[in-house]
Amino acid sequence: MIRSEILKEIAPILRDQLVVCNIGIPSQELHAIDDQPSNFYMLGTMGLASSIGLGLALSQPKPVISIDGDGSVLTNLGTLPTIANNPAGNFILLIIDNGSYGSTGDQPTYAGRKTSLAKVAEACGCETVVECAAEDTGRVLQEALDSGEMTIIVCKCESGNAKMPVITMDPVVIRDRFMKAVSA
Amino acid sequence: MQEDINKRIVDDFVANDVSFVTTVPCKQLAGVIDEIDAREEIHHIPSNKEDEGMGLCAGAFMGGKRPAIIMQNTAIGVTINTLATLTQYYRMPLPMLISYRGELGEPVACQVEMAVHTKALLAQLHIPTYHFHHRDDVEELDKIIKYTFMCNKPVAILTDASFWGGY
Ligand SMILES: Cc1ncc(C[n+]2csc(CCOP(=O)(O)OP(=O)(O)O)c2C)c(N)n1
Ligand SMILES: [Mg+2]
Repeated sequence: MIRSEILKEIAPILRDQLVVCNIGIPSQELHAIDDQPSNFYMLGTMGLASSIGLGLALSQPKPVISIDGDGSVLTNLGTLPTIANNPAGNFILLIIDNGSYGSTGDQPTYAGRKTSLAKVAEACGCETVVECAAEDTGRVLQEALDSGEMTIIVCKCESGNAKMPVITMDPVVIRDRFMKAVSA
Repeated sequence: MQEDINKRIVDDFVANDVSFVTTVPCKQLAGVIDEIDAREEIHHIPSNKEDEGMGLCAGAFMGGKRPAIIMQNTAIGVTINTLATLTQYYRMPLPMLISYRGELGEPVACQVEMAVHTKALLAQLHIPTYHFHHRDDVEELDKIIKYTFMCNKPVAILTDASFWGGY
């Protein structure tokens, strides 16, 4: 399974939650599969989906799912200790680990080689870390939501991208409708 | 005296409903960070890098809180992409209380290397910038915080060694 197939499968779960989505093709795919005002699409700023999601989860009670990538977590590795030490029961970090920088042409990341992001997260102090196969993402995500415990999910999948249009929505529109969904 | 200024600064943040603060330490900011930590009204989340902190602040803002970041001017370089593509692009407010290292009274030569670029980088980013040099300059802080949340922009408050009363 590739990222877009996972997103298609979990779209019915994501629909009712606040979602902060990783830069590039991940956001384009989610936008094309099931655009929702409750999706915050990152148009730039590689690496900060997890930080934005944590800040949001700590500031209001609704569940927040940050959909991140292995490359983006690697570029902002400092996020994992911050998450571990400031736990928010309403926060789920879903790392779609395709072992590559998908958006830029599937160049391999170290997560696809020797580095285990699940073990890194555990070593950083994250208490609930689940590594799963792509096929199990929906079940694991739903269990994490039901548990009310902060969960880091590392979903191992294949590299590859669906051809989707670029998001042309204005960033202020994305932010405004997202904030309305947050406070609804 | 030093204690008074730290309390004064944090009082202004609290009075303006700033309730989510992220920090990366600087020796000059130690007192104000202690004060932030001690206040019940403020959720203090230390971050490991300043761009990460700006991400936390963006999330907190969208969650309905008023955020702020406290950091050293040497972090301007690592935060430029985040300021341009997150804070400014999505039009989010962010007061940045910044220690302006490398100014008069600085004992560490290396700090001067970023000091000479600090205002130029902030100007290039069109970030409204205020420079606290005299102790009385703190009188403007309340207005600067209000201005930040009025215009939804990142705003820099540079605080140099003279302001903090030397080393
Ligand atoms: C600072 C910076 N460096 C590089 C890029 C280019 N870039 C955009 S997305 C991306 C890949 C992200 O990979 P990952 O988070 O694993 O997501 P994937 O597309 O694989 O799902 C890169 C390198 C960028 N946007 N910003
Ligand atoms: Mg990837």
